[in-house]
Amino acid sequence: MANINKLTYDAVIIGGGGSGLRAALQLAQSGLKTAVISKVFPTRSHTVSAQGGITCAIASADPNDDWRWHMYDTVKGSDYIGDQDAIEYMCSVGPQAVFELEHMGLPFSRTENGRIYQRPFGGQSKDYGKGGQAARTCAAADRTGHALLHTLYQANIKAGTEFLNEWYAVDLVTNAAGDVRGVVAICIEDGEVHYVDAKATVLATGGAGRIYASTTNALINTGDGIGMAMRAGIPVQDMEMWQFHPTGIYGAGTLVTEGCRGEGGYLINKDGERFMERYAPNAKDLAGRDVVARAMILELLEGRGGGPEGDHVFLKLDHLGEEVLHSRLPGICELSKTFAHVDPVKEPIPVVPTCHYMMGGLPTNIGGQVLSRDAAGKDKVINGLYACGEAACVSVHGANRLGGNSLLDLVVFGRAAGLQIEQSMKEGFSTDLAVESDIERAMSRLQRLESSNSGESVAQVRKDLQNCMQLHFGVFREGKSMQEGLAKLKVVAERAANVHLPDKTKAFNTARIEALELDNLLEVAMATAVSAEQRTESRGAHARDDFQERDDANWLCHTLYFKGEPGVHRRDVNMQPKTVPSFEPKIRTY
Amino acid sequence: MSQLTVSLYRYNPESDQKPRMQEFQLDLPEGKDLMVLDVLALLKEQDTSITYRRSCREGVCGSDGMNISGKNGLACITSLSQVVKNNKLVLRPLPGLPVIRDLVVDMSLFYKQYERIQPYLINNSPVPSIERLQSPEDRAKLDGLYECILCACCSTSCPSFWWNPEKFVGPAGLLQAWRFLADSRDQATEERLAKLDDPFSVFRCRGIMNCVNVCPKGLNPTKAIGHIRSMLLKQAT
Amino acid sequence: MVRSVTSFGRSGLSDWLLQRFSAIVLALYTLFIVGVLLFTPDMSYEQWSGLFAQEWVKIFTLLTVLSIVIHAWIGLWTVGTDYLPKVWLRLLYQSAVLLVLFVYLIATVRALWGF
Repeated sequence: MANINKLTYDAVIIGGGGSGLRAALQLAQSGLKTAVISKVFPTRSHTVSAQGGITCAIASADPNDDWRWHMYDTVKGSDYIGDQDAIEYMCSVGPQAVFELEHMGLPFSRTENGRIYQRPFGGQSKDYGKGGQAARTCAAADRTGHALLHTLYQANIKAGTEFLNEWYAVDLVTNAAGDVRGVVAICIEDGEVHYVDAKATVLATGGAGRIYASTTNALINTGDGIGMAMRAGIPVQDMEMWQFHPTGIYGAGTLVTEGCRGEGGYLINKDGERFMERYAPNAKDLAGRDVVARAMILELLEGRGGGPEGDHVFLKLDHLGEEVLHSRLPGICELSKTFAHVDPVKEPIPVVPTCHYMMGGLPTNIGGQVLSRDAAGKDKVINGLYACGEAACVSVHGANRLGGNSLLDLVVFGRAAGLQIEQSMKEGFSTDLAVESDIERAMSRLQRLESSNSGESVAQVRKDLQNCMQLHFGVFREGKSMQEGLAKLKVVAERAANVHLPDKTKAFNTARIEALELDNLLEVAMATAVSAEQRTESRGAHARDDFQERDDANWLCHTLYFKGEPGVHRRDVNMQPKTVPSFEPKIRTY
Repeated sequence: MSQLTVSLYRYNPESDQKPRMQEFQLDLPEGKDLMVLDVLALLKEQDTSITYRRSCREGVCGSDGMNISGKNGLACITSLSQVVKNNKLVLRPLPGLPVIRDLVVDMSLFYKQYERIQPYLINNSPVPSIERLQSPEDRAKLDGLYECILCACCSTSCPSFWWNPEKFVGPAGLLQAWRFLADSRDQATEERLAKLDDPFSVFRCRGIMNCVNVCPKGLNPTKAIGHIRSMLLKQAT
Repeated sequence: MVRSVTSFGRSGLSDWLLQRFSAIVLALYTLFIVGVLLFTPDMSYEQWSGLFAQEWVKIFTLLTVLSIVIHAWIGLWTVGTDYLPKVWLRLLYQSAVLLVLFVYLIATVRALWGF
């Protein structure tokens, strides 16, 4: 153990997706010794699957567009538990962050006058909801995430960033003072374990959609950063808030961008009725995602779903014409043919609400510093630990994220974390080195697996976990069912502690990685289950049959969950933006 | 329920002297056309030591490029109905690169060639306060180029790349070389061309179009290589 | 930029162009010879040597053999760098190809101008 190889950096970033690469770029340009640890080659990260675009008031489609309108939409979309100082920061800094991407070479689609093409997305308005639908989502056809991730990777090659690709971070290393001092990681190719020491550790590990049986998320989205932080005693925030995307392809779960509806597509039930007109008379198909997803489920429950089981609705696009579909939505045409065996030029795509995005995550401030709470309940910075992107909860998405805001979140807060670290290092930030017992602690999970000689199969436990979450913590939730789910989850947790790793070889052992990921899925699922059961109201994506109304008197707040605790703590929502008056909670209709 | 025989390339450097093919029998669910990746997941439930890369499972991340019954492709978007003949499926790693384990190959050479072509925009003029403008026509020149997912299906189906992976950039790298040469915002045309004008980097392409034949995204590296050659010619004469 | 001291023109583009130009010359010469043979079915030795006594035919023939040398060198050099990874073997092969091509050239000059 004492002979474990040690690598030393100023900053280490865990995760090679959009936010990790954006933070890495900032740090590489600052001259700090930085490394990115990624369990997949960076361009295989889940950001690559983002389709529709990056929402930002760059005033291309509408020269009078205003970031404050974007801010208003985002606060409203969050059902008022988004932190307004963070949303203000994201929406105001956004244009600069998007222009930087363009300068790096991102191949945005263009308007006739050569500016970045913007399309309408759900929940967008002009003039604080009074000026009708806005078109604010900057797009590179329907492959914006791909274009963004590749551009950021390319910019990092240019900047000379160091990559530890196909390395898997196992657990955070914390010193006696509780400061984070790097991670223990495995090089997947040869199975060697390393201690990667760093003064700043950034968790940019993305979401954990794989806690659900049906998800648009990549197979790698297992909440590794969340799990690592929770095991280190760090709380997670708003974990009950999971976005179900209205248009996942029925049966396959692959995503069909909201941009389809932005371009003029709409949802129909089995009778061909455009049902969103009944649920959201103004915004119709471009209402918030939570609103649309619930409407779809209600259609199914009332027997208006299509197919022999009546378990899906349809996204109609054929009226847009072949030319628009092939130029604006080429990727969708491809995906739809592959996974639904349907050509959208001719037929509607069968779709169903599918788990898509984790609004919750590690609570951070605007600079990405991860927060816990002290004995008095006040925010307390965890020294040396940062988070950005989907793994973080700044929180700009609150109870429901608007389409196109995730890519903006990635670049704005990846960049902000980089800037914050640069600043801290300049000011001489430092923490005590970890001692051997600290490193040993971070290796305990590995050692348990190595010594396993019988027990459950990882695949089976994972499947049971996913089915439990799907059944008890889906689009609509109910107290009794959630308690049942929670009880089941506790059984799953005991089984997960007893999984067996039959193959203990070192070289590229993906079974070992999957076993380690299972622990993280479990931490996320447990946090979700407890937080969801505790929040006795309906807000944003959290819709309860037994508490159908929003309860601002009790729940206009974040939930904070610590591993192992039976309940949650409440944390105040920031309502004090710096340059604009705050947006007071109103009834949310579209 | 129908039965499928999967013949799988196996190699674990810690326990195998040399690679071998192993056969598995699998019961397939009726009425569902599984993807090759689904088959691998089912096999891995039986035998956790089976090793392959995967991530997005929808054909956009490029992790699961492999040789499927003789042709390179992505496991996640290749359905059994496209490739299974006589109820048999043969899975091998991408050809021409060193095998690490089972279907996982060492892609370092592939990435090295990608990095060699300077895959980033070079424009040293002062940055404007908004985006750099680009007409829709100029932007259209990047279609069919920027979509590359670096899955390596093309380069590992190219004999010229098999023989000279250190010197020939390969179809994937050259497609990206052209993506930046074709970008109206890029200013390093001469510098880029100068680095390609040797007998190996570009000119090892003999135009056999294996790359075009296998590209899971329907891209055309041969055409891009033709454009680079014309540009070199135009510049030199 | 990959360095290679044994390639013909040292630049991929010039090699590529030369191979195409030389191919055109070879094609034209083939047409010329085939044409001559077709139009004079019962060719006698006098007719054949008379044809090659003309200066322009000598020059055309020399140009063709030079084209063979260039075309073959570029082509066979490429084949060697593809299939012969061992340096000593490749150098041996390249020397052999060079020698054969040199012999062709000398033999042609002797046949045409008769030194």
